[in-house]
Amino acid sequence: MATATVADARGLGAATPVPFQVVTRRRDTADTWTLELEPASGTGASVGPGQFMMVYAFGIGEVPVSVSGLPERGGGPIGLTVRAVGRVTEAICASEPGTVLGLRGPFGNVWPVDSARRGDVVVMAGGIGLAPLRSVVLRVLEERRTFGEVSLLYGARTPADLLYTDQLADWGRELAVEVTVDTAGADWPGRVGLVTKLLGPARFRPAQTTAFVCGPEIMMRFAARALLERGLPPERIQLSMERHMDCGIGLCGHCQLGPTLICRDGPVYSYAALSALLEVREL
Amino acid sequence: MPRSLEQVLADVPLLHGLSTDEIALLAGCARNVRFGAKDFLFREDGAADVFYVVRQGLVALELYVPGRGPVTIETIEAGEVLGWSWLFPPYRWHFDARALSVVRATTFDAACLREKCDADPALGYRLMGRFAQVMIERLQATRLRLLDVYGNGDRR
Repeated sequence: MATATVADARGLGAATPVPFQVVTRRRDTADTWTLELEPASGTGASVGPGQFMMVYAFGIGEVPVSVSGLPERGGGPIGLTVRAVGRVTEAICASEPGTVLGLRGPFGNVWPVDSARRGDVVVMAGGIGLAPLRSVVLRVLEERRTFGEVSLLYGARTPADLLYTDQLADWGRELAVEVTVDTAGADWPGRVGLVTKLLGPARFRPAQTTAFVCGPEIMMRFAARALLERGLPPERIQLSMERHMDCGIGLCGHCQLGPTLICRDGPVYSYAALSALLEVREL
Repeated sequence: MPRSLEQVLADVPLLHGLSTDEIALLAGCARNVRFGAKDFLFREDGAADVFYVVRQGLVALELYVPGRGPVTIETIEAGEVLGWSWLFPPYRWHFDARALSVVRATTFDAACLREKCDADPALGYRLMGRFAQVMIERLQATRLRLLDVYGNGDRR
């Protein structure tokens, strides 16, 4: 697991924000930015693919943000991709290099990338759901030869909403990268349709495939069903769940989903563990 | 060695399960066609006197919206059916279909096919069932896209 200079989730940094400085800020779409942050001064801990940080814009508020860029082994910045949809996220996205934000974490479990080795991999992302999956893609690329067929299937609202467009082209040299959007103008040369349709031509051996899925919950529900129809075992379909998280440490209960607290037990679950809960409308 | 039209049709998902005789019957109404990138396969309100099975390439189903220009509703790719307006009067296209790349397809003459289906209702029933399946899949996909699931969620 990569080493980051951020306070350990089990230590002081779990409850107290640690100052981090924005070192780079890149606009991905009209409302989404990727920031790289380094600790103003910090203690060591680990960040794994799929984990999230609680990010505090001082004086405004705090939100959970999935880690989209893991620190290099031996240290380096943490990448966070944030969509500006409210006061806090707008403030975070507006943070120029040099701005100090407060980080708690990392929280949550990790995508089981290691257990996918020697098999095929399907990464299915919807909208900003690609952000937490970016760390999976990068981890696979680090040791590409230890995986079989790898497909990244990515759906977004419009071509202008696609994240990491420059990186998608690079990734496409080593993975099968297929992209679709919900609607587009005549200048878009690619696919228009549901992300699940991309499964049709994707190459993988269902019984030896691990799927990593992240996006709006309804998209994940239909993606999981489509993967089951293709023959994937439910325990090899991994989903990253999102609920209203406030504390990140299993105290406030806002992210409760039936018997599980997503910040503490998740956010990554297998479909086998989650399918019954996804069918309960009251949750 | 070039494959016969019957061999090509036997690989079309829409026609899987039809007998050799039925495939041969359909082949009598079919021919292979090629379109260059940006070519229109059909235009809105034109006569829907054919349908296509795309064998290679990508086709955009578009609608011209005043003030916005052409909007792509959906794309159709290899193995998929393009066009069902030939099934019902007034047999007019509701959208434009434009090739986004070089497209190779098999086209079926609608009048020829309707005539054969009228003469052989069992074949017509099986074919209609397959088209209904395609329509249902696209309707369900369209309904999901109407939800705009990638719109803004948690507004913090």
